[in-house]
Amino acid sequence: MTTTTQLNSRRPRRTFGLRPVARKEFTHILRDPSTLFFALLIPIIQLFLFGYAVDTNVRQIPTVIYDESHTQQSRSLIQAFAASDIFHISSYVQSEPALYATMRSGKAQVAIRIPYDYARSLQRGTTASVLVLVDGSDSSVAGIAVNASTGVALEQSLSRIPGVISQPIEVRPSVLYNPSTRSANFFIPGLIAILLQTMIILLIALSLVRERERGTLEQLTMTPIAPLGLMLGKMIPYGVLAFSELCLILAIMRFIFQVPIHGSVFMLLLMSLPFLLTVLGVGLFISTRAHTQAEAFQLSMGTILPSVFLSGYIFQISTMPAFFRGISYLIPTTYYIQIIRGIVLRGSAFSDLWVNALVLTLMGAGAILLAARAFVRQGAA
Amino acid sequence: MIPADPIDSGDPMAGSVPISSDARTTRGAPLAPRAVAVINAEHLTLRFGAFTAVDDVSFHLDRGELFGFLGPNGSGKTTIIRALCGLIPLTSGNATILGMDVRQHAADIKRHVGYMSQKFGLYEDLTVQENLNFYAAAYGLSASAASARIEELLALTSLQPYFTRRVAQLSGGWKQRLALACAIIHSPEVVFLDEPTAGIDPVARRSLWDLFFQLSGQGVTFFVTTHYMDEAERCGRLGYIYMSKLIALGTVADLQQLPDANPPGTSRLEIEAPQVSVLLAQLRQFPGVREATIFGRAIHALVATDSIDALRTAFPQLSVRTIQPSLEDIFVTLTLHIMGERK
Repeated sequence: MTTTTQLNSRRPRRTFGLRPVARKEFTHILRDPSTLFFALLIPIIQLFLFGYAVDTNVRQIPTVIYDESHTQQSRSLIQAFAASDIFHISSYVQSEPALYATMRSGKAQVAIRIPYDYARSLQRGTTASVLVLVDGSDSSVAGIAVNASTGVALEQSLSRIPGVISQPIEVRPSVLYNPSTRSANFFIPGLIAILLQTMIILLIALSLVRERERGTLEQLTMTPIAPLGLMLGKMIPYGVLAFSELCLILAIMRFIFQVPIHGSVFMLLLMSLPFLLTVLGVGLFISTRAHTQAEAFQLSMGTILPSVFLSGYIFQISTMPAFFRGISYLIPTTYYIQIIRGIVLRGSAFSDLWVNALVLTLMGAGAILLAARAFVRQGAA
Repeated sequence: MIPADPIDSGDPMAGSVPISSDARTTRGAPLAPRAVAVINAEHLTLRFGAFTAVDDVSFHLDRGELFGFLGPNGSGKTTIIRALCGLIPLTSGNATILGMDVRQHAADIKRHVGYMSQKFGLYEDLTVQENLNFYAAAYGLSASAASARIEELLALTSLQPYFTRRVAQLSGGWKQRLALACAIIHSPEVVFLDEPTAGIDPVARRSLWDLFFQLSGQGVTFFVTTHYMDEAERCGRLGYIYMSKLIALGTVADLQQLPDANPPGTSRLEIEAPQVSVLLAQLRQFPGVREATIFGRAIHALVATDSIDALRTAFPQLSVRTIQPSLEDIFVTLTLHIMGERK
């Protein structure tokens, strides 16, 4: 309880009001169990939806074959394609128009046409050309199909050189940290960051804007509660809620999606705190800009797309144009995705990630101070 | 009795704040000596960019006064309240509350001032008890001081039966009482009420005003804005603000004597007629009639005194008598006068 001494001191503490506001806010949350339930449940539902849906490993691309050669050699080439996990021979056609029609209809994403003189060219020692058509409408599928078909052709060519038993050079790739290259292991940690962020920003922004709409904020400005005390008092209950949700989601990631956490769980939870601080601050800042709950909702949703596309969650930051790379370093999610991926996938330690935690802490403190200042200015307007 | 000020009790710092030492003395003694006005506004001016919201407004309120502040919407009433609470910086002029300058001591002022608006400022999903507890803590009352004060307020407002009920379930009148209890939880010496009774029924309105009088009798100073003339008539003194300027200030009797409310050479008449609406149209065309409006079965009119005989001749069947202007008459006349000056 605040003592009366503080009360009458000339300069009231800047955080005055933190306790009553936090207690009141907890009561609001607990008073409305359905909102609480959905706040906790919706990120979990989304985790299940996206966790299972997102699989960027391209396998079994439907492939159509037009074999004009009909020889032992052409069948052996088709075998080689079929043997790779990348291609799945889904149909054979007997004419060129049929080949294009299959591609156009989307029934196949790769078409292979083996010319009638394929076997003859091979026997004569001239270059035999095989046409491989790739559907470019899905860029990642196209890239992989082009690489894989080149690989198949190279392997087939080498095997035809007399006297060569093994390949002159063999590359043996070994994948560290996510050996099975399961995309779930890569995407779920990032997804956690996005889901947490969306939930927290929305909840806290709505909570403050609701007070503005109902006129209780006006009443609060007439009490000695300091703006910073109000802000921090609002953050504590939502921070606790967010932290519980984080633990719940991490448990689901570990035990249901079977994503192993290579680093220290304690370190992961500890280093999540600066991120929670930042998103709470961003939510508060949004609430100072919005006059209605609808506005607050739109502004909160506006933070989602940049943090999905520019944070390294989907696209590599290093391949972005310089301008967007600059923007990505202004997005808090960028730093947290590095933290959570680092600890979960690579077992990174504090010494690897402390800069990220520091940046997030500074961003969080900045957002809260900006929000408190904007709030004071509005009180004056 | 004067409600005990829990902020003062056991406070080692009491009196160490120089600015408030004359306003805040030991318990039981008058909070502000008669000589020092509780609210003192001198040439108060507030501008937002090119817009002047409050233009050179001066007034002062004594302890225990119930001051009514009237004016059309947007005339600057709420702005003045916010400025006196230190929420808006003054463009020019001076204002003190309990001797504390609003420019320098906004934080101290908040501890001595209560505020209630037509928006209630209550949390609908919380109970009466939780709302009271929250505002008690927001003003920094200790747990024991808070529970003693809440007991006192429950007795004052008769809210005891609704103590554990959620605010959303209360009627407008009870919400208003709770809003008042929350606004005075810290036993403020000054209470600002911004249209406190907008939209509640006459019975609830009257019982709320009874509470105001009870508290004002205990020495609490009230600054009330309202649009209701019957409420205005209950106030000890009144101010009327129009187009950002305070154009009238005084008791009802003072205002009735204002030269601008009774332009020289005119008389205020009450004319009884069987068909007032028919008569109204005729009167408004009649030379010498400046204003005419219906009050029940009669018409109040402001008429050039030398036209009264002509009026009596033109409508011999009517009963015409001279009256004192009502508050509404006064404010309408003052407003029309200013509008005429501007043209």
